[in-house]
Amino acid sequence: MSDVDPASGSRDEPGAPPVSGQAPAVPAGQPHAPIPSVAHGDVIDHEIENPVFITEELSVSYGSALAVEDVSLSVPEKEITAFIGPSGCGKSTILRCFNRMNDLIPAAHVEGMVRYHGVDLYGSDVDSVQVRKRIGMVFQKPNPFPKSIFDNIAFGPKVLGMKGSMDEIVEQALRRASLWDDVKDRLKDNAFGMSGGQQQRLCIARALATNPDVLLMDEPCSALDPISTGRIEDLMHELKETVSIVIVTHNMQQAARVSDRTAFFIVDMGSSEEARIGRLVEYGPTDRIFTNPHDTRTEEYVSGKFG
Amino acid sequence: MATSKATSDAAGPNAESVFGPARRRIGEKAIAVALFLAAATSVVITVGIVISLTGETLAFFADQAVSVSGFLTGAQWTPLFSDPEFGIRPLVQGTLIITGIALIVAIPLGIGTAAFLSEYASPRVRSALKPTLELLAGVPTVVFGYFALTFFTPSILKGLLGMDVSVFNGLAGGIIVGVLIVPTVASVAEDAMSAVPQSLREGAYGLGASRRQVTVRVVVPAALSGITAGIVLGASRAVGETMVVLIAAGQVPTTSLDPRNPMETMTAFIGATGKGDVPTGSTGYKAIFAVGFALFVITLILNTISIRFVRRYRQVYE
Repeated sequence: MSDVDPASGSRDEPGAPPVSGQAPAVPAGQPHAPIPSVAHGDVIDHEIENPVFITEELSVSYGSALAVEDVSLSVPEKEITAFIGPSGCGKSTILRCFNRMNDLIPAAHVEGMVRYHGVDLYGSDVDSVQVRKRIGMVFQKPNPFPKSIFDNIAFGPKVLGMKGSMDEIVEQALRRASLWDDVKDRLKDNAFGMSGGQQQRLCIARALATNPDVLLMDEPCSALDPISTGRIEDLMHELKETVSIVIVTHNMQQAARVSDRTAFFIVDMGSSEEARIGRLVEYGPTDRIFTNPHDTRTEEYVSGKFG
Repeated sequence: MATSKATSDAAGPNAESVFGPARRRIGEKAIAVALFLAAATSVVITVGIVISLTGETLAFFADQAVSVSGFLTGAQWTPLFSDPEFGIRPLVQGTLIITGIALIVAIPLGIGTAAFLSEYASPRVRSALKPTLELLAGVPTVVFGYFALTFFTPSILKGLLGMDVSVFNGLAGGIIVGVLIVPTVASVAEDAMSAVPQSLREGAYGLGASRRQVTVRVVVPAALSGITAGIVLGASRAVGETMVVLIAAGQVPTTSLDPRNPMETMTAFIGATGKGDVPTGSTGYKAIFAVGFALFVITLILNTISIRFVRRYRQVYE
């Protein structure tokens, strides 16, 4: 992909506001000149065919406080997309828009557009429960239910009323999460008896059991040791054959290792201390973001100067 | 080396040279003693109650009016008759029937209230409903008793439902005791449900579970030990409740199982007889303590079961 090519960033994006807080150098006398580096078009990225998600000027606020503002990007199918950035930059908040998890927070308010395979996710005819059946999620801390390993996996298929042999569904989900050989002899044991890494893979298996189209992962390895983290990363590489993955991570090396595309978010300190607003700075192929970032803030972050 | 000089001094520098002189903290000690006394008070009072109950109970059986087995199994309770019978069964039965009715009312209402407050209510509704519930817990039980006698029995049971009930009846007493313990059950159950980690709910919602499925399949099972504790606490209160049953259920010790009839509970007997129409030191007077002792044993058993249950099913979350 030629994201470095500024032409790709200029296409049909009249009036698209650049990410504020920075002023891309627009050559004088060229009002419609391609805006380099972080132009809207680069972010939406029309080169992505069949995007799973497209967000357009997506903003989320909690109560009266704006948490993240004006995010426009598209997430490709059957690839791994990583959201990176410092704490409070809104990357998890944006992730939680993809399965409408923000609905659970009464004060949360979403503006702008999220499209899932072209459908407006926040449309009035969309049932958030139906959304979450298609879009699985894995959380920061392993959160198995206080039930047996088997019942943890069977939970999703049961609440969805899936047909077929539950034994087969459970086995298949555990195999996809490469957990089957570890636990096949103790399916009736309580999931709390597993190690943290196993619990997290159980949560991945649990999400896979309902055959989702997308897997959202919110810092899935932040509570795990390096070996468990490595196994989850290997697993992600296997899974992207069949599902699209969006991962939020604090760990830049992890983003570099696993993802195909990376979005870098930043916290914009507003006029007052309270007004901390997350913004998308740059989005593109992971190689490019890490080796040739267009924005100096991205460069500083990925080179470890802050964050 | 620089460090060898310091470590070569075997005794090392004394603590005072590093930390300054040690201070005596008399206030600290005094507070600890005062707090210990406060904690000990309840223990001392409990022991005192057990001793006084046991003493009078032993004196009751020493009167030879009834044997222990006759007391436990006898079906006649007429302690104030000239030819008294001391079979406690009618009282125990009355207590159990009224507690049973109360639990039939309080378990669904209490758990339903808890589930609503914890899982469904918006913060605004919750902030209005919870104080109301606590207000209900603060209404004096004598008010509930007259509510049962003068409104619930005539207007609801007889009037609205057209039931053939006595003026004093176990049904009205049991239902109103049930209403009385709803706040207890609901409050403890709600605490348990609210303590279920949000991460479990998110995990279930993330799998496409509806609010009802999250509540029924995740939150309630995870909070089961706390919910059970609330039910047992409510049951203990129902067993020990006196005023409502004394006023509304009547004072007829009976072995009839029909709650439409008047019945007497253990507490109602104690309350009614303790008013003073028995001479101190008579067997009838001592019977009050014997019944109290039996009541104490029942609630002790209930609490022991609940503690066992809570320990066994407690989920420990990180």
